[in-house]
Amino acid sequence: MNIAELQTKLLAAARANPPGDRVPYAFEKRVTALLAARAATEPLALWVRGLWRAAASCAVIALLFGAWTFFNPAASSKTDDLSQNFENTLLASVDQSDQTQ
Amino acid sequence: MEPTEADLIAAVLRGHAASFEPLVQRYSPRVFATARRYARRESEVEDIAQEVWLKAFEKLKSFRGEAPFEHWLMRLTVRTCYDFLRGHQRNRESPFSDLTEPENDWLERFVAQPETASENADAARLLVERILERLSPQARLVITLLEIEDRSVKEIAQLTGWSVPLVKVRAFRARAEMRKVLAKMATDKYL
Repeated sequence: MNIAELQTKLLAAARANPPGDRVPYAFEKRVTALLAARAATEPLALWVRGLWRAAASCAVIALLFGAWTFFNPAASSKTDDLSQNFENTLLASVDQSDQTQ
Repeated sequence: MEPTEADLIAAVLRGHAASFEPLVQRYSPRVFATARRYARRESEVEDIAQEVWLKAFEKLKSFRGEAPFEHWLMRLTVRTCYDFLRGHQRNRESPFSDLTEPENDWLERFVAQPETASENADAARLLVERILERLSPQARLVITLLEIEDRSVKEIAQLTGWSVPLVKVRAFRARAEMRKVLAKMATDKYL
């Protein structure tokens, strides 16, 4: 079989039979309706997109702060220890009553 | 007086979406004819055409009006068809054993006496569709535009967004790929 000749013949067949240009009934109405439906859902889609972006930004900020506190722990001097200070203040009255007795 | 194409486009850009309808009506036959070159099922053709018009509406702002609207729309159509081909690659490796009787007859006629196998036969048309379906998306696009629609390399470059040398390289490869598919068909059928 002569492949080159077959190729030429088949391409000629494709050229001789162009596809039709028939458009389905009321196709333009369908497109316009789709565009209108898209426009109606657009504000909601904008909100959803905005909220997703905000959620992503919050997650990134939380991660950054987490990483920062993990890699840079605050200098743990006794005076700066919040929990110790809190405990001292809370139990100061008990200590005073113990001393007076 | 009927509004001109430029008036309609300007109205759509001002937010009057209904002005888009006459444009769809006017150019849909060309969009459908192009889509039918790449998709066989009518539902797929309609999907492509719909996609083209939705994209056209979205990207209308990028239409500068330097070239006719039809040229801009055809570029969009060809690129949408190419995306469709890339997303629907099927049957590319299947054997040619399922040829129909008219297709087999046409091939037999071609083998016996090539000049008697008519190009106008339905079987030849179906056979060429079968061959094109087995080509890669790039090869099919180039063969369709260059060999079937008889477009110049420059035109293809404009339609596809590829450079002229790239179109030439892809055309060379596409012809070779088509010959390879035809050779496979001959092997499947006669060996």
